[in-house]
Amino acid sequence: MSPHGNPEVPASSATEINREAPKASPVVEPADIKSSPVVGPGETRVSTSSNTPGNAWGLWEVFVRSSRGLSHVHAGSLHAPDAAMALRNARDLYTRRNEGVSIWVVPADAIAASDPDSKGSFFESPQGKDYRHATYYTKSEGVKHL
Amino acid sequence: MAAQNLQSVPAELSRGESQEQSQEAAQREADGQANFDRVMAEDSRIEPRDWMPDAYRKTLLRQISQHAHSEIIGMQPEANWISRAPSLKRKAILMAKVQDEAGHGLYLYSAAETLGQNRDKMTADLIAGKARYSSIFNYPALTWADMGAIGWLVDGAAICNQVPLCRASYGPYGRAMVRICKEESFHQRQGFEILLELSHGTPEQKQMAQDAVNRWYAPALMMFGPPDDDSPNSRQSMAWNIKRFSNDELRSRFVGMMVEQVRVLGLTLPDSEIRFNEETRKWEHGPLDWNEFKEVLAGRGPCNAQRLERRREAHDDGAWVREAAAAYAAKRQAKQSMTTKEYAA
Amino acid sequence: MSSPETKATETKATETSAEAATGHGDISTGVPNAAPTGSGDSNASATRITPGNALRPEDIALEVRTGLVKPSGDVAEYALRLGDDALILAQRLGHWISRAPELEEDVALGNIALDQLGHARSFLTYAGGALANEDGTAKSEDDLAYFRREHEFRSAHLFEQPNGDFAVTIARQFVVSYYQFELYRRLTESSDETLAAIAAKAVKEVDYHRDHSAQWILRLAGGTDESRKRIIHGLKLVWPYVGELFEDDALVTRLAEAGAAVVPSSIREDFDRLIGEVLKEAGLEVPDVPSAPGGGRSGKHSEHLGYILAEMQVLAREYPGASW
Repeated sequence: MSPHGNPEVPASSATEINREAPKASPVVEPADIKSSPVVGPGETRVSTSSNTPGNAWGLWEVFVRSSRGLSHVHAGSLHAPDAAMALRNARDLYTRRNEGVSIWVVPADAIAASDPDSKGSFFESPQGKDYRHATYYTKSEGVKHL
Repeated sequence: MAAQNLQSVPAELSRGESQEQSQEAAQREADGQANFDRVMAEDSRIEPRDWMPDAYRKTLLRQISQHAHSEIIGMQPEANWISRAPSLKRKAILMAKVQDEAGHGLYLYSAAETLGQNRDKMTADLIAGKARYSSIFNYPALTWADMGAIGWLVDGAAICNQVPLCRASYGPYGRAMVRICKEESFHQRQGFEILLELSHGTPEQKQMAQDAVNRWYAPALMMFGPPDDDSPNSRQSMAWNIKRFSNDELRSRFVGMMVEQVRVLGLTLPDSEIRFNEETRKWEHGPLDWNEFKEVLAGRGPCNAQRLERRREAHDDGAWVREAAAAYAAKRQAKQSMTTKEYAA
Repeated sequence: MSSPETKATETKATETSAEAATGHGDISTGVPNAAPTGSGDSNASATRITPGNALRPEDIALEVRTGLVKPSGDVAEYALRLGDDALILAQRLGHWISRAPELEEDVALGNIALDQLGHARSFLTYAGGALANEDGTAKSEDDLAYFRREHEFRSAHLFEQPNGDFAVTIARQFVVSYYQFELYRRLTESSDETLAAIAAKAVKEVDYHRDHSAQWILRLAGGTDESRKRIIHGLKLVWPYVGELFEDDALVTRLAEAGAAVVPSSIREDFDRLIGEVLKEAGLEVPDVPSAPGGGRSGKHSEHLGYILAEMQVLAREYPGASW
């Protein structure tokens, strides 16, 4: 009944996205939103489609693998009532022109994102650590197979 | 519920209550402004969760939602001919094109949603007549040749407008436009080919093509918006790297392309004053009826009421379906968590 | 996506870039200093588009024109039946584009309509190979679609049924796609290579239509009281026309003996079983309604077909002989 993969389980590795974004709280109960609109620095929440009466079709983010061997890449978003329909809508919307061989859909509210305000503390450290890159090691230049 | 993790946050909502908080907020705002200015100066991109000036957010939201509405309303004049397309190949092409427009509306609504506005609200504004969309779609598609003229002139003008938008300073908007422009590359070509086929057909067919070009030419030129000296928002949009070229600049460019292409079609443009100004190195065209433009914009065009009613009808007729799917999902989820609890117990 | 990334993909695939196609300029985002060049993922673009590689109606037209394939009279008649079913359904479904319950569904129904239209074009083009115009040339898909009269069409009544509300459309699609899937699945083994090839392309697409309609059957049945009422009503409306799909006649029996066609009655059992599974999961019953006599295969149609054709054919008939 599901020729296009298990509709209920979009992709097991979708959780990787959560792992890579340590700053945000992954689960927020609806009650929390009301009591504390400010969850953390820059993590302010506004009311969205998914909790507005009249539209219970939540927002989903779509990731498409364009061919085997490549990563899934964010393609866009869409609305769907559940994961099964989100996958199908994604297939109809984002692969009409052969753009993909595999699709992930993730509820937009399941994605935790790093805080743009802490850009400095988050992304400063790698700067200047040239020794992590092969080009730092100039003396071995010209030596074969190195 | 944290869809907002990927969304930008209107500044007024993040304002705290206590003095301490408001000081903190002021500092954040100053830092944010500095970052925003730097991004603009570097011609880089603003992303949803970056701080941005309220006016920038509002301008974007207005422009992107209007753009989305235009795609959705723009489906109607062409959908009007799907059932009567004169060959099966043309029927398939037209269906695919109108379908694309639904997709484009969707991409754009998604981009607008990253600014904190949900699609339902935008749809509600549209069908309440509160939101604008491109006036051109308030003209009727009367003959098959209109499918050609819409593709060639209307999509042509749209692409002229949209290609620079791929570099718009707001990331999600630019990315949506890249996808849209790639898909639209066939839209203008299929329109051109419809006209080409007609102009090489019977005299009646050729007449049909010329008539359509005559009717769509001026409205297409007006798609670029009012003349620069009458377009108060343009300058700010250009400073914000949302708009890359002025209305008149794009219009002139478009006229130049059409002059070339209409010759291949063996048709004429209904404008005897088109000329290339050697001094300014720009194409010039005859006067446009901006009163008509304003009238149509104000709701007094041939199809305004019809277009909105059709959109409203589809939305209302679909309400029970959307509710059903949502209810089903909720029931499934409730059932699942029940089972989980049973296991836990 | 950054600009070098886009360009890398563009040179790699036979891709339509707006730049090449229209001369409107560069549509890459042009973000300066943000180019992950040389990364293994530099061509993992989610907007890389290709036309793919599959059997198209144009390929069949070429084979017919060059005399590479020519169906027998029987096979042509059979292809007309399949083609007309798909054509009339595509005409019906096309109406939903711009009217669906949600934008996502505009796109979904559009895809199904386009699939059906594609199948129709292939079958009709092939059928035309055995049917000559007055000047001796083979009839084209358009000759057949636009210049046959009502009684010359071979569609079954189910395909002609009005869209109704979304539930009726889904009910009709549910029956159609389960029927077409079983039919095309077997037809891939037809001794007629062209029929087999068309079926091989169509069966994969129809498989998705099955899935789409089944998903909606479940949701409408298990959603709200109103949606449940509507889908029950929808199924009731279309069910009288199910029987006609599985009726055998001399033509299909002859063709089946030669291994070219599928005997409709032979797929009823699988159809009933699979439909039954979905209905059971949805908590629905197979509607208990009397069957209508049908007659579409011999040119006796519903009242609806006349209107469908009037609209579909009007422009083409206004300009006979014109090219579009």
